[in-house]
Amino acid sequence: MLDIVQAVLLTVITAATPLLIAAIGELVVERSGVLNLGVEGMMIMGAVVGFAAANQSGSGALGVLAAIVAGMAMSALFGFLVLGLVTNQVATGLALTILGLGVSGMIGEAFIGVPGLRLPKLDIPVLSDIPFIGPVVFQQDAIVYLSFALVGIVSYCLFRTRIGLILRAVGDNHTSAHALGYSVLKVRFLAVLFGGGCAGLAGSYMSLAYTPQWVENMTAGRGWIALALVVFSSWLPMRVIAGAYLFGAVTVLTFHAQALGAGIPSQFLSSLPYLATIVVLVLISANRRLTLVNTPACLGKPFVPDR
Amino acid sequence: MKNFLKATVAAIAFAAVSSAASAADLKACYIYVGPVGDFGWSYQHDQGRKDVEKHFGDKVETAYLESVPEGPDAERAIERFARDGCGIIFTTSFGYMNPTIKVAKKFPKVKFEHATGYKTASNVATYNSKFHEGRYIIGQIAAKMSKTGTAGYIASFPIPEVVAGINAFMLGAQSVNPDFKLKVVWVNSWFDPGKEADAAKALIDQGADIITQHTDSTAPLQVAEERGVHGFGQASDQIAFAPKAQYTAIVDNWGPYYIERIQEVLDGTWESKSTWGGIAEGHVVMAPYTNLPDDVVAMAKETEAKIAGGWEPFTGPITKQDGSVAAEDGVTLEDGAILGMNWYVKGVDDKLPQ
Amino acid sequence: MRIELVKRKEHSRKMALLSPVIAVGLTLVAAAILFAASGTDPFLGLYKFFIEPLTDSWSVQEIIVKATPMVLIACGLAVCYLSNNWNIGAEGQFIFGALCGSFLPIVYPEFETSLTLPLMLVLGALGGAFWALIPAVLKTRFNANEILTSLMLVYVASLLLDYLVRGPWRDPGGYNFPESRLFSEAATLPLIGDGRMSIAAPVAVVVVIVLAIVLARTLKGFEIRVMGESPRAGAFAGFSAKRLTLFAFALAGGLAGLAGTMEVSGSLNQLLPTISPGYGFTAIIVAFLGRLNPVGILVAGFVLALSYIGGEAVQASMGVSDKIASVIQGLLLFFVLACDTLILYRIRLHSRRTTATGEVSRA
Repeated sequence: MLDIVQAVLLTVITAATPLLIAAIGELVVERSGVLNLGVEGMMIMGAVVGFAAANQSGSGALGVLAAIVAGMAMSALFGFLVLGLVTNQVATGLALTILGLGVSGMIGEAFIGVPGLRLPKLDIPVLSDIPFIGPVVFQQDAIVYLSFALVGIVSYCLFRTRIGLILRAVGDNHTSAHALGYSVLKVRFLAVLFGGGCAGLAGSYMSLAYTPQWVENMTAGRGWIALALVVFSSWLPMRVIAGAYLFGAVTVLTFHAQALGAGIPSQFLSSLPYLATIVVLVLISANRRLTLVNTPACLGKPFVPDR
Repeated sequence: MKNFLKATVAAIAFAAVSSAASAADLKACYIYVGPVGDFGWSYQHDQGRKDVEKHFGDKVETAYLESVPEGPDAERAIERFARDGCGIIFTTSFGYMNPTIKVAKKFPKVKFEHATGYKTASNVATYNSKFHEGRYIIGQIAAKMSKTGTAGYIASFPIPEVVAGINAFMLGAQSVNPDFKLKVVWVNSWFDPGKEADAAKALIDQGADIITQHTDSTAPLQVAEERGVHGFGQASDQIAFAPKAQYTAIVDNWGPYYIERIQEVLDGTWESKSTWGGIAEGHVVMAPYTNLPDDVVAMAKETEAKIAGGWEPFTGPITKQDGSVAAEDGVTLEDGAILGMNWYVKGVDDKLPQ
Repeated sequence: MRIELVKRKEHSRKMALLSPVIAVGLTLVAAAILFAASGTDPFLGLYKFFIEPLTDSWSVQEIIVKATPMVLIACGLAVCYLSNNWNIGAEGQFIFGALCGSFLPIVYPEFETSLTLPLMLVLGALGGAFWALIPAVLKTRFNANEILTSLMLVYVASLLLDYLVRGPWRDPGGYNFPESRLFSEAATLPLIGDGRMSIAAPVAVVVVIVLAIVLARTLKGFEIRVMGESPRAGAFAGFSAKRLTLFAFALAGGLAGLAGTMEVSGSLNQLLPTISPGYGFTAIIVAFLGRLNPVGILVAGFVLALSYIGGEAVQASMGVSDKIASVIQGLLLFFVLACDTLILYRIRLHSRRTTATGEVSRA
């Protein structure tokens, strides 16, 4: 029985990691007041570029790096349009997704049917020997550790450092932040780049660790789930972990329920993660004060420095 | 600027005229439901199209539309090809059935071939392959090789073809080990590598040491490789993704059928019919048997030869899950019963979604 | 060198007309480069992509068929977005509406009267509105963010459709294949023209006109705009934000449900596991391309539909990969969005940080 629990946890970690990384990046973007709906497009670019680079160079690390750069390049394009030219954020983000799906398909044509590299698992000495927890938590690939580190760093920076304060100020009231002498656009652009890098990293996890291969459209909507998780977390980094793991756990458990022969219509089980997310969100949101405090007040609103 | 515009218009006009003429005797057109890069269902159809190009050279021109969603866009895509002068159009997904019939009515001179459906017309033929023949063989292999006596089956959607595949696998397994267990997980998708991988892991965690799938990606095999269990390729030979885990693969081989039918159009002998080819016709091909001991390979090859000789895996005695008799000893199920299968054979550890 | 935006005193009318032209021009150049890079004749490619579909009555009708549901959905979404309600779940409302609209012809196929079709359309609109009201109520009652709830309900609706089509609503004579029975004559939307165009197209035009008038000329239109721009001012004027949220969602869902029912009844004639190639999501783009203005949406819907049909044409006739088509589509959207900036702003190029007045720019 313990083995099964352990195994389930392992699977949940893999399922949750790409969601977690993409969502934590988008959280930073949204905290700065920008809504980038193009996560799916940046993620799929990360997946294909990461795969291609790892395949050409033979190095998984290079692949991951290239994926991060690719995600950032996509987000830079988004940032230029949304911040530089004040285009509509929702529409630009959607266009970014369409573009990403197309470009990734073009790049990936050469890599169809090519087996990929799998990122090695890193055993953390001593810790991985802890019974039960050790094999689950401390025998993962580097990106899983990185995902937790990211959440920790983002959470710390956001609430304990000056950078975080400026970022939140820009997202909550860009006029005041500007008046105080902060460059709203620069802060937002950097946040957008960070979000792009995270989405690219999440994409590389798909093509180098989750399912080491390239196939078109392989992110299969995970970018959208990541977006939903940011809202779900009410813009609090630690809650992103809860959201991503809840979503991953419900998904994985539905498969186990089926394999046990539960006899429930599989469509019902498949819709459980979505329904669970709604229910939990409603429960969280009932506390109005907390939600309102954390929602970036300027989310989605354009800013043009007035002179 | 004016000159540039003039030149542009002239070039466009010229291009438009020159494109109208074509040297080929026949244009064969294909509509795919997925991207040709899925390395599964659509990829294999496109391999068939490439075989056609290789075989006929300049005599036959081909064209295709990929990722055409089943639904409102399908009819337009099919009609576009009919209008573009295609002599024969292959529509390669079940959901294209009614649009194909509709367009075929409007274009009586164009030949239509619909894969996996059941409606025909004087200019609409249907074709499919007996993939369940291959599934019977891999079921036998699974029962021979499994240490836990349990296999995991990742299924897409409960359509008859998938159900028949599960049943054939189970019958094959039971012919070796009557107590063999099969766990089924429905992922409600033809293609989602992540989900397929998660399902494979769940099945392995619950004791399956053989994984097989009726979905299109190589993810389940990769999971098998990683976890040190074994599995089978689907649609194409996926040995490159799982050199240690793949025993064999059920390969869709559409090329021979496409070449045969196009030749018939060229000869003027094409007729509407329903083709259901299997191992005997070369439409279903087993990839090389690997990672297996000699006696198991011999058994698989023997079964393959038996099926090629005309034996049908759905030959009684077959008992349904509810205990009723599906086929008496020695009686073979009719094609219609296999093509519309909506029940499990006894021993499948799942309730069929209704 | 740096780019700086200077806000215009008022909307530039010239640019409002010119910016789409510039955008299309830029797209043409980019597309030509793409075609050339992939080894296709760029002129022929451009012709097949953008012009040929407009020269033939069949493909013009197909463009209209494709544009109709997107325009209908986008009209409803525009009302949502104008009033600050972020409904991105129109796809689910489309599907659920289609389900409700198909209830009669599938469950009571023998009910064939002149009332069948009107009843279906009403049921479809009600169904879509119901599905949209779920996130609306969750927003007004529990303060739950509508972006997430409306999006999650898309997946639920499509799984529900899947369940029905493979289960209880499966065609009894269909060998267990996942499709419903075909609709009877009485449940089929009348066709107009010689192609696949149904009366859904004129219905969409009527909706566009009515909505344009409502938004521009009525108190409701004023309410929607005021509540979007300044909810506090609206509250002083006695408008209720909650009621408006319910209204906007119900309208958007109703139109999406109507579009879904008309699509199923006019073009598919049955339910399939997938009935929408992402209309609900594409409509979001249409709504913004059309600048949240009903007439603009009509034009935007037509242009976007053209890009689909054109993309298919180059794929079918020249073997250009469908990825190139979707890249061109993405670029077109980017260029249109970027050029629209010119309506509100002038672009100034600076060589250094100092501006004309000598003040240090903070941007």
